[in-house]
Order: sequence, then C-alpha cells, then structure tokens
Amino acid sequence: MTHSPSPRVLAWARLTLFLLCLLPLAALVGVGITGAIGPNPVEVATHTTGEWGLRLLLVTLAVTPLRRLTGWAWLLRFRRMLGLFAFFYLSLHLATYLALDQFFDWAAIAEDVRKRPYITAGFTAFVLLVPLAATSTRGMVRRLGRRWQNLHRLIYPAAALGVLHFLWLTKADLREPMIYAGILVLLLALRWPGRARQSPNVRAGLSAAAPPPERSGSRR
Amino acid sequence: MLIRRPADIHSSEITPRDVWLRRRELLQAAIAGAGLAALGGLSQAAFAAVSPPGRGEAIPGVRPSALSTDETPTSYEAITSYNNFVELGDGKSAPARNARLLRTRPWTLRVEGECEAPGEIGIEDILSGFAQEERIYRLRCVEAWAMVVPWVGFPLKDLLARFQPTSRAKYVAFETLMDPKRLPGQRVPIYDWPYREGLRIDEAMHPLTILATGLYGELLPGQNGAPLRLVVPWKYGFKSIKSIVAIRLTEQEPATTWNLLQPEEYGFYANVNPAVDHPRWSQKSHRMIGEGWLARKRPTEPFNGYADKVASLYAGMDLRRFY
Repeated sequence: MTHSPSPRVLAWARLTLFLLCLLPLAALVGVGITGAIGPNPVEVATHTTGEWGLRLLLVTLAVTPLRRLTGWAWLLRFRRMLGLFAFFYLSLHLATYLALDQFFDWAAIAEDVRKRPYITAGFTAFVLLVPLAATSTRGMVRRLGRRWQNLHRLIYPAAALGVLHFLWLTKADLREPMIYAGILVLLLALRWPGRARQSPNVRAGLSAAAPPPERSGSRR
Repeated sequence: MLIRRPADIHSSEITPRDVWLRRRELLQAAIAGAGLAALGGLSQAAFAAVSPPGRGEAIPGVRPSALSTDETPTSYEAITSYNNFVELGDGKSAPARNARLLRTRPWTLRVEGECEAPGEIGIEDILSGFAQEERIYRLRCVEAWAMVVPWVGFPLKDLLARFQPTSRAKYVAFETLMDPKRLPGQRVPIYDWPYREGLRIDEAMHPLTILATGLYGELLPGQNGAPLRLVVPWKYGFKSIKSIVAIRLTEQEPATTWNLLQPEEYGFYANVNPAVDHPRWSQKSHRMIGEGWLARKRPTEPFNGYADKVASLYAGMDLRRFY
C-alpha cells in the first residue's frame, strides 16, 4: 500500500497550497501600494497575472504525470484548486487588459482580438477555460460523468494557445516562452504513451495507489 | 519575474517633483525679481536647463532650445528606471541595475567613411567642444509607450560638419560599443552585436536630430545610453542608438539591428506612424510612462507630433512601404 497522508495533513497541505497560490497576487498588490511596482504598473500587472496564470495552468497539467510517476494518488485532490487558481489569475489578466489597458474601448478590443494573432490566441484560450471553471464543482463532475472528462480535455488546447500567446507577443528573445513551450510539450508527452509503456515500478505504484474508480484510466 | 525592487535611491537625492515641475515658474519669478522682466518675451524656456536632481555630474552651461516641447517631463526616476537596453539586461529594470558595469571613461568616438577629415574625438572634447542644449522631446517607443525626456545634447550636424562629409555621404551609420564585459547582454547571441542604426543624411542633418550627452541637466546614466546616444524624436525609440563608439558616413543604406532581425516588423525609417501598425500590435495609441494605474492611453501623432518640422523629408514617399 502506498502511504496516503491523513485527512488532517491533507487539510493543512490544502491550506498551505491555497496561501502559496495567493502569494503572487499579494506581492503584486504589495508593490502596487508601495510604488515599488515602477513607472508602468499596468504593464507589470498584466505580465504578472498572465505569467502566473500560465504557470499554474502548467502546474495543473503536471498533477497527472506526477501522480503516475510517484504513485501518489492524493495529488489529485489539489488539482481542482490549482486549475481554479490558474483561471483566477487569467481572469485578472483579462480584466487588467480590458479595464486598465484598453479602458473598455470595445472597438479597439474587438480589433485586437480580430487582428492581433497573439490576442486571438490568448482570448480563445480564456474562452476555452470558462466552461472548465464553470463545471469544476463536485456536483457538475457527478452530473456530467464521462462527458466531464471529455470537456476538461479542453485544457490541452487552452494551454497550447496560452504558450502561443506568450511566444507571439515576445519581441525578439524567445528563450523564456520557449521554456514554457518545452514544459508543456514534456507534460503532454508524458501522457502520450499511456500506461502500457510505463515501467513496471510505476505501474505497480499506480495500481497500489488505487485511484477513485470513476477517474482511473481516463487521464492521458 | 517582473516584480523588482527599484534601485536604492534616497529620497533626499531626488529633487522634489513639484520643484522640478515648477522650475520655469520659479526662475521666471527670480528673473522678474532681478528686474529682468523685460526679457520675459525672449522665451519662457530661456532658463529651463536647471534643477538637476543631483544624481550624476551636472553638465555646465546648458542652454535652452526653442525646439523643446512645453509638455511636462516624465520624472527622473521613471526615465532612469524604465529602459530598453538589452546590452545591459532583459526587461525594463535590468539596465538600471547593471548600469554600473558600463564604464564610460575613457571614451572615444570614431568618425569615418565618406568624409574629408575622418578621425576620432574623445567624450571630454565632445562635451566641451559643442554647445550643450536642453532639448525636451517626446520619446515614443515602438512598444506603444512614451515619455517626455529633457535631454542635454547638441545637433548631430554640428559634429558631422567637423569631419567634413563628402557629396557621396548619403547615409550615416552608427555603432554601439562592443564589449561584453561592460555590456554583458552582448554575450547572448540573439542579436547580431554590436547594435547598429542608421539615418539618411538629411535626417541626420535635421536640427531636431541630436547626440545626447545628458538628461535632466546631468551626464547620461548608463541605462540611458551613456556617454553618447542618438536622439531622433520623430522616430521610434529603437532608432536612437545608445553608447555610440563609431559613426560612418556611407553611400549605401546601412544595415540596422532590428531590421536585420525582423525586417517585416522594423523598417529602416521607423517613423512614428499611427496609420501603420506593427504587424503584431496597434500603433494608434500609447501609454505615458509614470502616469499610474488609471491613466488612459493617448492617441499617437504622425511623426510623434513633429510632422510640421519633418514630414517634408518624406514628401512623395509611400510611408506604408517605407515603414
């Protein structure tokens, strides 16, 4: 049997993770208040929220491969929170763009979404994530059953579009967005072979971890 | 991460913004008090070059210029903490942090190519040999942000004249210092270092075009392109090459860094033009740096608002093609 932490430990871990996920926002608010944010606060807010949204999206995508590699089924219990935090930061990112950058100039916004490929990609990614956030409740998971799985595979194109958004808006030095692209490719590649090609150890660990039946065998 | 601490600037080292902003008023009051009110009609900018913030070495004898805008300059802190100078680091705040690496003495400028008297000139001779003027110019970056910078400098044409360009000099090419020790960003081979820029000879000879030696009355900080940089206020900021060591007069249009990197995005001319978008973003408006969270973007003017002085240089040219 793989050891699973006690409910008490899990509850503390959940709280810690929750607070950790709020740290980037707290830091942003902090430098915003003190003025340490610098002379272009809107730019810093846009970049910070976008980067953390994308990072958390990748962290969310890392849960399943990590669970498979370690056999720690309980990792799955944090995935919803991570995904919702990704959505939270990306909502702030979009809100910053709409309100502070464009000042609700809908004509300019529509032109951006239509004409600027990086904004088209980013906007599409956000739209894809909306139904995922909306169906993240336990009730919706139950009600949608297998369709929930299919629906939530939208995170793959959303993450790919998010990385593309970053790549396309970068002026010249593509090293940083390429790191995100590399991580995404790795996380997707780890899903690709499925269980059949994994090492016996990992498989043994996985079956011992005994994931909840409605989830087993459905993460690719 | 984009959250960075600013350089350690003691508040005591900074001229209070209200004093700087009211410098003309204060001086005018002083002038009036001295019984010089009769000179008031001369120019309200006549005594503008004052109130250096005490952060660097003050440039003596800086004269005002009628070519200055009367817009409020962006704060010294913003101008010196928000910079694009990849040779000193990625992002807007890295150049200020790494600026100490850029030693600027001794510094020699080489002028060569299509001229009768090619040669070299040291930075001290440049500072003492050319009348230094304050030029308060708008600066519009190709990334759709803008500032108002009180440069100190002198017309490029005055320097070029000293080296006697020939009739074959159709263009002027500029080159930044190549020294990865002082400009560590040059270790990253993303760009074809050193940074290079160029102007057509008539652009170079235009009275608005200056070589800047300072800002806010003091010698240029490293992050702003010390000790000598080009300033061409009607073009996107990347044309205004920093830390220049060589100027070459040429017959052919010279290669320029951003144009080499992405020719369909950055042209040789790079005149500020709200009608020609960057392929990836709009150039119709820009954000003024230092105006805070709730400032709206402003509409961008053709030639950055200098159309009355420079549009004639491009008469008959298709500015969509020559972007």
